[in-house]
Amino acid sequence: MLDISGRVWSVWRRNWDAFLRTYRVNFIPPFVEPVLYLLALGFGLGTYIEAVDGIPYPVFIAPALVSISVMYSAFFECTYSSFVRMYYQKTFDAIIATPVSIDEVIAGEMLWGATRGMIYATLMLPVLLLFNVVTMPSSLLLIPFAFLAGLLFAGIAMCFTAITPSIDALNYPSFLFITPMFLFSGTFFPLDLLPQPIQYFALAALPLTHVVSINRAITLSAFSPLNLFSLAWIVVVTAIFFVLAIRLMRRRLIV
Amino acid sequence: MLYSHDSTDSSGGTIIGDVIVAHDLEKRFEDLVAVDRITFKVREGEVFGFLGPNGAGKTTTMKMIQCISPKTGGTLEVLDMDVDTHQREIKGHLGVVPQETNLDPDFSAYRNLLVYARYFGIPKPEAEQRAEELLAFMQLDEKRDVLIDKLSGGMKRRLIIARALINTPELLILDEPTIGLDPQARHLIWGTLRSLQAEGNTLVLTTHYLDEAERLCDRLVIMDHGKILVEGTPADLIREHAGSDVVEVERTEKVIAHLTGLGVKYDLAGDLLQVFTDRPHDVARELLEVCQHEAAVTVRPATLEDVFLRLTGRRLRE
Repeated sequence: MLDISGRVWSVWRRNWDAFLRTYRVNFIPPFVEPVLYLLALGFGLGTYIEAVDGIPYPVFIAPALVSISVMYSAFFECTYSSFVRMYYQKTFDAIIATPVSIDEVIAGEMLWGATRGMIYATLMLPVLLLFNVVTMPSSLLLIPFAFLAGLLFAGIAMCFTAITPSIDALNYPSFLFITPMFLFSGTFFPLDLLPQPIQYFALAALPLTHVVSINRAITLSAFSPLNLFSLAWIVVVTAIFFVLAIRLMRRRLIV
Repeated sequence: MLYSHDSTDSSGGTIIGDVIVAHDLEKRFEDLVAVDRITFKVREGEVFGFLGPNGAGKTTTMKMIQCISPKTGGTLEVLDMDVDTHQREIKGHLGVVPQETNLDPDFSAYRNLLVYARYFGIPKPEAEQRAEELLAFMQLDEKRDVLIDKLSGGMKRRLIIARALINTPELLILDEPTIGLDPQARHLIWGTLRSLQAEGNTLVLTTHYLDEAERLCDRLVIMDHGKILVEGTPADLIREHAGSDVVEVERTEKVIAHLTGLGVKYDLAGDLLQVFTDRPHDVARELLEVCQHEAAVTVRPATLEDVFLRLTGRRLRE
């Protein structure tokens, strides 16, 4: 069904090489972001909040910060950045003139988006350790899980990229999908504060909810059977969007 | 340098094979037939041109040869392989110079070649050596570490040709190789293409520049509305469809009346009136007498452009 071989990594490598060329800029956000959020929300606003379910507020939001960063980096990589490569730079056209297939180009882009999420999670971890808001060694699991979570958001992003008429239209999913998720996925307050229907909606349709839930279990080193449900949800949805993105892109690019 | 396997038959002579064989090739979109059942063959070692106005179907044909646009009818074999079933194999042996510059702006000239080599699975040491050679071949050594944005139009075009050669292709496809270049850059690229041809490579190119086609192509086809109108060598096409020379004279009522009276056929080209003939001096003398030297009469050899305009008309294409 999908025409994917090891050549997918030549596409991934192209993006890795480009990322390293501008690493100074790329490495700033994962260091700066958690510091800003922890200072402002965790230790600023957080002083008015005694504890959430018995957890100090900075510790409560730390896994959410990682989840959000993974979401943003993977999502924006496979929307705006992929669109620029596809539409303006014609990079995809150049690659499919070689033995690399269109399926491999799109898969490589999504794997790269996932990798970028993983890189950001990796760079954030020492900062969070410095603030003493995550427990070790379980928090090392943030890194491999960031790849899976990244792939989830990369797949969703690539579907939008495949159907968007222009780069401006990508603002719709960014503001109508990503921003609400940023706020309502159990990130800065527990999900159970919301009315029950909205809770169910968040669990069913907001992928970040499941990512935050697993990351929170990881950083607190407190796992529950519910995490398995979240993991299964993520694996299934990731697989669906991965395949769907490739099919939509084929339809767009192979004429 | 790029391709050098000649198969020999029992008598010791070289068999020249066909590199591309298209039969009734068709590309149909929902409401448009872009390529309308064309048949042609490209032989090994020749430079084969596709000419035609915008929208004639040249680029679509190139894309089907490159296996990036599936055909909707007919058969098409490239390097003895079917384009529907052997896409990767075919693409691995092609070099492609696309119409649009799609070099990778994130990298220098040299890194562009290396990154591209990776898509072909060329081992790194080999790719590095090949990239250096190609930069030298295309006179780009000095721009080795320069980002794409900083290269001139001509340099970008040369780098794209270098990139197309990275996999030592058996067949080079060039879609408008000199589009938008100044005369110096065009001559440099022509020189390169000729040396590639001299080494026995097969080149297929599309162009709008008729002088380019006349200079470079061993054989060519002129396409319009998805069909091939004529096929042949530039010289043969000119002889058949334009004659040896053209006599041009200012378009006046007197001239038109005179020519009509004599039963001489003429073409209208804007302000000019053209007579295609194998006896230019007789026609010129006649016209000079009619005009009484009030209007200029010019005699020049017929060109491929004359053939092109006669066959495809002067109406503007978008």
